[in-house]
Amino acid sequence: MAITFKQVEFTYQPGTPFETKALTDINVTIPDGSYTALIGHTGSGKSTLLQHLDALLKPTSGTVTIGDRVITPTTSNKDLKRLRQHVGIVFQFPESQLFEETVAKDIAFGPQNFGASEADALKLAAKMLTLVGLDADLLQRSPFDLSGGQMRRVAIAGVLAMQPKVLVLDEPTAGLDPQGRLEMMDMFARLRHEQQLTIVLVTHQMDDVANYANNVIVMDHGRVVKTGTPQAIFKDPQWLAEHHLGLPKTTAFAQQLIARGMTFDEMPLTEDQLAAALVKQLPTSVLGGGDHDE
Amino acid sequence: MMSKMIFGRYIPGNSLIHHMDPRAKLLLSFYFIGIIFIANNWPTYVLLFAFTLLAIKLSGVKWSFFINGVKPLIWLILFTVVLQILFSASGGQVYFQWGIITISQFGLVNGVYIFCRFVLIIFMSTLLTLTTPPLELSDAIEYLLMPLKVVHFPVYEVALMLSIALRFVPTLMDETEKIMNAQRARGVDFGEGNIFQQMRAIVPLLIPLFVSSFNRAEDLATAMEARGYQGGEGRSKYRILKWHGRDTWATVTFAVLTVALVYLRA
Amino acid sequence: MSQIIDVEHLNYRYPQQAADQLTLTDISFTVAAGEWVAIVGHNGSGKSTLAKNLNGLLAPVSGKITIDGQVLSEQTVWDIRRKIGMVFQNPDNQFVGATVEDDVAFSLENQGIPRDEMLSRVAEALAQVDMQDFATREPARLSGGQKQRVALAGMIAARPQILILDEATSMLDPEGRAEVLQTIQQMKADSDLTVLSITHDIDEAANANRVLVVNDGHLVEEGTPAEIFQHGPALIKMGLDMPYPERLKAALARLGVQVPATYLTEKGMADWLWQLRSNK
Repeated sequence: MAITFKQVEFTYQPGTPFETKALTDINVTIPDGSYTALIGHTGSGKSTLLQHLDALLKPTSGTVTIGDRVITPTTSNKDLKRLRQHVGIVFQFPESQLFEETVAKDIAFGPQNFGASEADALKLAAKMLTLVGLDADLLQRSPFDLSGGQMRRVAIAGVLAMQPKVLVLDEPTAGLDPQGRLEMMDMFARLRHEQQLTIVLVTHQMDDVANYANNVIVMDHGRVVKTGTPQAIFKDPQWLAEHHLGLPKTTAFAQQLIARGMTFDEMPLTEDQLAAALVKQLPTSVLGGGDHDE
Repeated sequence: MMSKMIFGRYIPGNSLIHHMDPRAKLLLSFYFIGIIFIANNWPTYVLLFAFTLLAIKLSGVKWSFFINGVKPLIWLILFTVVLQILFSASGGQVYFQWGIITISQFGLVNGVYIFCRFVLIIFMSTLLTLTTPPLELSDAIEYLLMPLKVVHFPVYEVALMLSIALRFVPTLMDETEKIMNAQRARGVDFGEGNIFQQMRAIVPLLIPLFVSSFNRAEDLATAMEARGYQGGEGRSKYRILKWHGRDTWATVTFAVLTVALVYLRA
Repeated sequence: MSQIIDVEHLNYRYPQQAADQLTLTDISFTVAAGEWVAIVGHNGSGKSTLAKNLNGLLAPVSGKITIDGQVLSEQTVWDIRRKIGMVFQNPDNQFVGATVEDDVAFSLENQGIPRDEMLSRVAEALAQVDMQDFATREPARLSGGQKQRVALAGMIAARPQILILDEATSMLDPEGRAEVLQTIQQMKADSDLTVLSITHDIDEAANANRVLVVNDGHLVEEGTPAEIFQHGPALIKMGLDMPYPERLKAALARLGVQVPATYLTEKGMADWLWQLRSNK
């Protein structure tokens, strides 16, 4: 399911002394089936844009087209449910939305709001729990007895249980340890494949953009300042620095090598790409060696 | 995001009024509400309005804030005014009479006076809250409560509680908005349906809010303990209030205003 | 060098835990005055619990903790808390004051420091973390990085001998993280502060003189960052990221390149690659 913004503007508290403009002239498309990364420094308008993906906010002017629904400034608040079923949002620190007595009931909450029967919703809950890599034993436990990482997975299962077509992830790995981060990001990549999801990832982690995304939207001062593939976005480090954004670790390291006189046909974004590019430039004597410790 | 409430919002500024001692502002605002009731004819009300408008002008805060302060209360005010017009004792010329309802010259004039009182009180209290940070108000309240220490009222603790509560209001408002969004995205309709449905919708908001508030409170208590907090005894104070010449002058101005009102009243 | 922190056979169990379960088991280590020590371990390994034992926020089942020559006990706990400044993970939940300057003054008020001295110490501390222009701001209008810098200013003003950072940068964006890390380095350079940082961040750990690895409540390893970073992919299991040169080494090894076994810094890695290429 694609989402298209046309000339979208958004102002908080218009007509009051506290009026603040958050989005200006947004024209952008999140293509169906893409893994789109939304990047920009804190306060660039990312989270305001994110809330438009699910009609939690309606544009002050312009239109947002979500699948076949067009959201305009005058769209009624009623009847937005069907739309929200199709776009699941995992907010930052989603474990803070848990409230039910048991894990099963919490995961079943979303589907029931969208009209599923209790029995169907609970069946779905069991399925979703295994999908996020947790043990079925946890179903009858209180969500508040779980570890932080487990709580987060339960919250994500609660969003997946609505069986959305688009999954929006707002800094989904914040506060996790490196292993937890890695497992979480791999899980989303797997889910995207298995459930044919369109993914929108809001992140500060440029390595995640390089490793997983195929489309990037860069925001600054409430505007979309660039869109393109990760390759296209990361080839201009100076432009990124001007917008308070960093580089993937590999690209930053490649810059050091370039400064010494090495050249690369294409800017490497991941360590595997860099290793492949380096192998071509290294003497054959270091290659094909017998055993090396790994 | 931020609330639409005007009342209780502080607008930073650099005016004479902003720089006044919050104790002076708090006490004089209450005093003002008292002397409004001295006024009973056109000259006295005109004087009070002139005084209030001058104070607003001095504060440098935009007029629209004050108009917005009256707006939410307008129905209450009009209701009171209409009651006053319809049911007050008759006097002067009678324009309309039906049963116990009488519209008289006396009633109309009284209605206008009541309207003026409301507006004056709202303007003055809005001026107080717009030009005084809540924290300073809490300092002023702490100071004014000081005599209660004699009866072992925990003034310092109450003051610290008040300041921590004020400090966490915006944090909890953000939190509420965040959780509401998360639950709306899971299909909850807030503010729709009948009373019963609305009550049910509030559960997924309230429980997470309580859980997160308890967590915050626990973290905060740990941080306070780590930083050596052992109760109010033996603490020194960073914030102090200073009474300046301008505060004395303001008090004198109010005294002159009172004398003028007494002189002008009918 | 004198030992400013000395922990001997520390055991800790949370009140709700069964008698045979321990969150920390037989932990012993020392930290020299002026040292920077990083404590790493995955979430739930017990490293934050360890930090809270050091200043008596949690009381151990058994073991002895000596801070700057004083043995931690109910009598000494407030003295010891004065010697230790602690910055926690969540920037919002440790901000006590209603404004920046009030928050910085909080520890000083608790110590009953006269107001004139507070004024100068608060102003000085705010200038050191470059937040002097924000003195009267409310926390709601600050970024996470700014709030953590205010927390650090609170520490500077209180002048502890030991600074404990309990995942102080983990909730910040990269810019905020860099700001806070830079402020800590500056503080370290200005005084002979002892720093204990609990972290997952490889850049933060790289600043340390020594790294302690905690796993399931046990102290499993201790070494210089270079020694610890040699573990390559196993670092992930220890709750740390892999340093970039290690990641690249692993990727090269997968393509059959013979890579050096010792830990290389980014510069060392670039040197090595450049050398190889020139030998072609």
